[in-house]
Amino acid sequence: MTPNDVYQNTVENQWCPGCPNYGILTALKRALASLDLAPHDVCLVSGIGQAAKLPHYLNAHVFNGLHGRSIPAAVGIHVANPQLVTIVASGDGCLFGEGGNHFLHTLRRNPDLTVLAHDNQIYALTKGQGSPTTRRGTKTRLQFGGVEVDPSQMLATAIVHGCTFVARGFAGDPDGLSTLIARAVAHRGLSILDILQPCITWGTHSVEWYRERVAPVPADHEVQDRDRAIALALEAPDRFPVGVLYETPPRETFASSYRKRVGDSPLRQLPPIDRHVIDQHIEMMTIRPRRKEEQP
Amino acid sequence: MDLSLFICGAAGEGVQTIGDVLAHAFLAHGYAVFLTSEFESRIRGGNSSTRLRVAETPTNAPRPDADFLLALNPTALDWYLPTLRDDGMALSPAEDARASHHLALPFTEVARKHAGSERFANAVAAGALSAAVGLPCPQLEETLSATFVSRGQEVVDANTAAARIGYKLALERLGDQLPTMLPPRSDSHVFASAHDVIPLAAAASDCRFISAYPMSPSTGIITAFSRHADLGVFVEQAEDEIAAINMAIGASAAGARAMTATSGGGFALMNEALSLTGMIEIPIVIVIAQRPGPATGLPTRTAQEDLLFAIRAGHGEFPRLVLAPSDPQDAAMKTIRAFDLADRFQIPVILLTDQYLADSFFSLPKLEIPSPVTRSYLADPDQITEYARYALTSDGISPRLALGQSEHLVCLDSDEHTELGHITEDLSVIRPAMVAKRLEKARRLRATIEAPARSNLEDAELILVGWGSTKGAIGEAASHLRKNGHAIGTIHFTEVWPLPEIALPQGPEIFVIEGNATGQFAGLLEQSTATTIAGRIGRSDGTPIDAAFILEALS
Repeated sequence: MTPNDVYQNTVENQWCPGCPNYGILTALKRALASLDLAPHDVCLVSGIGQAAKLPHYLNAHVFNGLHGRSIPAAVGIHVANPQLVTIVASGDGCLFGEGGNHFLHTLRRNPDLTVLAHDNQIYALTKGQGSPTTRRGTKTRLQFGGVEVDPSQMLATAIVHGCTFVARGFAGDPDGLSTLIARAVAHRGLSILDILQPCITWGTHSVEWYRERVAPVPADHEVQDRDRAIALALEAPDRFPVGVLYETPPRETFASSYRKRVGDSPLRQLPPIDRHVIDQHIEMMTIRPRRKEEQP
Repeated sequence: MDLSLFICGAAGEGVQTIGDVLAHAFLAHGYAVFLTSEFESRIRGGNSSTRLRVAETPTNAPRPDADFLLALNPTALDWYLPTLRDDGMALSPAEDARASHHLALPFTEVARKHAGSERFANAVAAGALSAAVGLPCPQLEETLSATFVSRGQEVVDANTAAARIGYKLALERLGDQLPTMLPPRSDSHVFASAHDVIPLAAAASDCRFISAYPMSPSTGIITAFSRHADLGVFVEQAEDEIAAINMAIGASAAGARAMTATSGGGFALMNEALSLTGMIEIPIVIVIAQRPGPATGLPTRTAQEDLLFAIRAGHGEFPRLVLAPSDPQDAAMKTIRAFDLADRFQIPVILLTDQYLADSFFSLPKLEIPSPVTRSYLADPDQITEYARYALTSDGISPRLALGQSEHLVCLDSDEHTELGHITEDLSVIRPAMVAKRLEKARRLRATIEAPARSNLEDAELILVGWGSTKGAIGEAASHLRKNGHAIGTIHFTEVWPLPEIALPQGPEIFVIEGNATGQFAGLLEQSTATTIAGRIGRSDGTPIDAAFILEALS
């Protein structure tokens, strides 16, 4: 069976014809198939934007929530059911702009999630405004004289915050991308995969422009070399090392102390609380009279 | 007997500790205690008070006046002296001629001299107040022992010795003002605040997940879940209220009963997600512990200002339930009802409490936390062949499967969606059907709302109407008026949205009493029942509504 046999659905796709998002969709299906995951093993979580429509276009559980809030929703889903492979897929505006605070604090939490950032460096669904990753000087449909601030550096931020899997992919290379996605999903703990996804409608540069500037991470790069990983992450805007920038052995993941107490089953399957526990708490709040007849 | 004791001082001086110890000593003596605290939004200094109302039977409502005023410093005495009744007694470190009965005892010096350290000044003060009130010293000593046992025998001995000397010196100074010793009683009481009870009732309702951001006066709820790991609830302190509610929604979508707790300002940040729950039809329970606004307002004071906000919050039109418990027992019942109806109707349910309910400890003859009748309304995947998360049904409620529950794929989307949950812009068929579906749930929800509590309506010439936490105060005011020959009835609402379909009596005048300046509930009632409200009694100064306030407003 091909990935399409398993994951293809019949929902009408709303992306522009030729959009590199299709490459991400293809790569994701291949990656899930390579991991032998059935559609019901996977939950795709997104916010709002063109990228955030991705979960609708393949077979899986879907939580398409609010703009910027995909990560906290995914954290809740993952805590409630750690057996689901939970993957966030949303755009750079959603994840790094509206949801920037959640991105930052989820790096600290290290939940076992994969975040796919469709990084097209533009707000596409709202028709072409600058995004957190738009490069300084880029003229947009809102910043007519060019963007006057520097882009965020979320991959370097992720490394600094102790994220144990940080990678960059390219939507123009579905083969390489599917391998990266599979590695990110298989990694235990939070995995951040920033995917260069040129916007063919509002973007400044073509897919070919990017293809010329994309190069594999140098062969001699040790993925545990934090300083060099940060340097590679910061190499943009004109060169884009693609591949795993940083990977270290997994550290303790979110909710692990709670899971040690209650086990790994979905929260909805835990047995109801023992009535005695409630009764004990009521007893602790109950004050019975102590006979004290003595007068001072 | 109805004794009102105010213990006042600066934040950090031990006002709350003295109040807690005395409350427990009275309870151990068999008396009912109502304890309420008021404090400033600071950690040290300022003026704060803990107030005890001691009675033979539970009298769970605040009194604005003190029979005994224990002031730990001169500023506190100045600040709180106006609350002392003319026949009341003040206790403070230095002589003062303003109170007709005054007991001066330099607590700090006595502690240093007789107990070896100023640290035990509060025990001296507690001893002195107990003597003045007529609480036997051994009850106080035993309570002090129980309170400090975890800190070692030396601390226990020093505290009890300090209390004893404070008690003895007070008796000497009282001379012919010696009180009658309170006889021991045999009643047991549950001593709890509404916010103590909500986490227990939530756990009993199979709540498994809370994420919240600390905000007074709601913080006690997430703290209780964290302190009591035996409740089995996953606890996360989120980076902001937006994350808090979105995490809880995610957990709920994956099948866990989930909640969050905040105050008005935090709830403002949650509004978009509230609307999300309306659209994706995911149950959630939200506690809003009200405090006075706008904006930061009075962070540690009480109000009922967020009723209309709770009812109207969130863009778009979708059903929600707003419950306003009146006391700790009612908070238990409403919490269980909140989780049940949230799950059954797949809607957000708001529990509207306030600082008064959060920080007031009631004496209850007993506390009941029943187990929920139905543990989950999730559908059985084996009974489903083709699954559509938003299948159109006659009652508007679609069979709900959780994310990951089975091989049936679940698609939740904040866009308007098809029955399968995918984005749609079909304006002629699907959009109207989905609007009707959500509103049908609202219609059926209204039919489940319980009628308000009513009393003495038969011959009433005046009806006092209230909602939520004011029940004790309104009941006390009504009972006082009836004793004085007035025909007063009361109607008290604890399910405030949707309003139940009721007709209010037409003859008597109706006065609505609530903790806000604009008569929010009165306005709702007028709209929903076509009743003319004769009077609106509002309080918006940050203090709880008490019987004296109501009586004065009515006179």
